[in-house]
Amino acid sequence: MTEKKSPKIVMDSNGIERCLTRIAYEILEKNKGMDNLVLVGIRTGGIYLAERLQKKISAIEGREIPLGILDITLYRDDIAKSKKKAPLGKTNIPFDLTEKKVILVDDVLFTGRTIRAAMDALIDFGRPKMIQLAVLIDRGHRELPIRADYVGKNLPSSLWEAVSVNFLEKSGRDEVVIEEET
Amino acid sequence: MMKLGKKDILGIRDMSIAEINLILETAESFLEISTREIKKVPTLRGKSVINLFYEASTRTRTSFEIAGKRLSADTINISASTSSVVKGETLIDTARNLEAMNPDIIVIRHSAAGAPHLLASLLRQSIINAGDGAHEHPSQALLDMMTIKEKKGKIAGLKVALIGDILHSRVARSNIYGLTKMGAQVVVAGPATMMPRDINQMGVRAYTKLEDAIADADVVMMLRIQLERQKQNIFPSLREYAQHYCLNRTNIKLAKPDAIVMHPGPMNRGVEISPDIADDPGCSVILDQVNNGVAVRMALFYLLSGGNE
Repeated sequence: MTEKKSPKIVMDSNGIERCLTRIAYEILEKNKGMDNLVLVGIRTGGIYLAERLQKKISAIEGREIPLGILDITLYRDDIAKSKKKAPLGKTNIPFDLTEKKVILVDDVLFTGRTIRAAMDALIDFGRPKMIQLAVLIDRGHRELPIRADYVGKNLPSSLWEAVSVNFLEKSGRDEVVIEEET
Repeated sequence: MMKLGKKDILGIRDMSIAEINLILETAESFLEISTREIKKVPTLRGKSVINLFYEASTRTRTSFEIAGKRLSADTINISASTSSVVKGETLIDTARNLEAMNPDIIVIRHSAAGAPHLLASLLRQSIINAGDGAHEHPSQALLDMMTIKEKKGKIAGLKVALIGDILHSRVARSNIYGLTKMGAQVVVAGPATMMPRDINQMGVRAYTKLEDAIADADVVMMLRIQLERQKQNIFPSLREYAQHYCLNRTNIKLAKPDAIVMHPGPMNRGVEISPDIADDPGCSVILDQVNNGVAVRMALFYLLSGGNE
């Protein structure tokens, strides 16, 4: 048995801030402004990121971009296998998605299964013109044919490592941490 | 991760505060699905729910059925009048046959108290009690608590008055267990012939006069007067009952100005509740109860369904 390595901080609050600023500009550049653009954050990490992207995009464009919250628990593909249930959070998408360009926001892109569930959920809300994906970290190991349109940082990782994003709102500080799975 | 530590939902009496809170919070998240254009999520695809109803029911059976369908479960309804019960099959035989068809959840309503408990001990499926005799009706109490929490922001510390036939009411019993557990002050009122002998041991205060019970109440819950009970000589006439126990514009003034009025349905208008109160959107939350009922039952299906371990 090798000794367990201590958690390593791979991105600090300044790093996260710069990534989000860049992604905000990239979103506006790719979509030529914010017409018909909406943000949807995936519970829970994606909400914090989506809120910050909302502030940045709204500040750049001078008007508010709509923001929705999505809980994907009910769309998971492993829900029937486990008696244990993730606490079900509220979904709140207070606008029609039909013909909208949806920027789906999550913290870490890993197997792609969460994103598959999120896309199924979004389509139940209407027929978006387009769905794009923005993530802070892409750690690889995809199990489905899914890729992100906007990536904060590509972080090659091993399957036995855990990548977590801590947020000021929840943990008291912003940082991306990589550690060996316990 | 959260877990409901139960195979079955048989009553509120054996439920913990944590379990009640888990169910209510889960149900609150399910409310939104019924507001969507496509009112369906794929969560329970491939699961099947049997609604086995030995007593008449519109609201509860429909509510369980809609809840199952909105979660993509297959729901099958069996009512006593159209089943082999009329051919003389026993409850146990019916249940064993249903079990052999491998459903995941069986919802049962039966006129005999304890019928769901019997099934729960015999079958590996999850059993939900949808009303057993005069014993318990847990999903009704849960939707009532959800409605109170939604309208008042809390349950603890509120004064809740239950009025009517407490003795024969499974709704009253489940609500008394649940509301006292959640810290509400529960008072009841009804004719002496409709009051359980051991009412004081249930942690509630009992009155014979409606006015005494609803004074300063935050919540007034009217119970259905079961018309078939009239034959048992426990009350002389509907008219006399209404004179003493009908909630109306005058006596409701005794409750808090922002009091809410609840009724589990079906209502006898003009008997236990006057139509102008029942239809007053300012105080009546009767249709909110029905709406919350679907969400509560979705939460029960969701929390009960899982692997086959």
